[in-house]
Amino acid sequence: MSGVQVGDVLPGIEVRVTRRDLVRYAGAALDFNPIHWNEAFAREVGLPDVIAHGMLTMALAGRVVTDWGVGELVSYSARFTRPVVVPNDEVGALLELSGKVGAVHEDGTVRVNLDAKFEGKSVLGKAIAILRV
Amino acid sequence: MALDQSFEGREYPPDTVYEVGREKIREFAEAIGDLRPEYVDPEAARAAGYADVVAPPTFTMIVNLAVINRIVNDPELGLDYSRMVHGDQGFEYHRPIVAGDRLVVRTTIEKIMSRAGNDFINFRADVVTEAGEPRATTRAQLVVRDADAGAEVGA
Repeated sequence: MSGVQVGDVLPGIEVRVTRRDLVRYAGAALDFNPIHWNEAFAREVGLPDVIAHGMLTMALAGRVVTDWGVGELVSYSARFTRPVVVPNDEVGALLELSGKVGAVHEDGTVRVNLDAKFEGKSVLGKAIAILRV
Repeated sequence: MALDQSFEGREYPPDTVYEVGREKIREFAEAIGDLRPEYVDPEAARAAGYADVVAPPTFTMIVNLAVINRIVNDPELGLDYSRMVHGDQGFEYHRPIVAGDRLVVRTTIEKIMSRAGNDFINFRADVVTEAGEPRATTRAQLVVRDADAGAEVGA
């Protein structure tokens, strides 16, 4: 084992997501659902405004683990519990991404509990990365 | 509007091969703001023990989504794409995906259910190389929101 202990806090990151970032992610991931770039469409289907791709939030939260640089990713999963609303301005939406070691297993794996907050509330649920360390 | 339950258990064999490219990995890495050397620099990737630049952990969504989109656009399934959001997503990693990998995806509809007016559809996808080497197993739940339910779930 590499000295990883339950309760260890991973360095967190803050990322601002703007409409430009959503368009860039849409093109890179080939995910063109209009709720992520078309305000009129988003409102028509009952959303408050354009929302970020859940997979973009998940990828950003994953950076907390890959930046940590400890071990090899065995699995990564998350629920998308709240939308990240991205206004049409240069400020965008601020995401606060963090992680903490939740368990150290005898098989040499550790569980990292990740969190992504937007406007003070978690937008991912059960965001868990398992790493072989 | 309920989904056609008979789709539960259906398997979709691979119908295309996706060749992972260095530039696509770079583009994806840029889009998630993570330009780690092993994602973008073949030398650094080789030094780290990979055959070529390696894909970020959520990269396989490119191939997963292509299949899912084909399935959910099948009119017989009865899914209203405009009300669809992503409920959850999981990845199990078997071997790193690197540039040059030729990936095929076998997708299964594991479950279809209805709860509180929302419809849920769960997919599993086995991402393997053309030669059959496992790379990742992914799971996705899509939610088709009730027309009156607002934006309380999903992304």
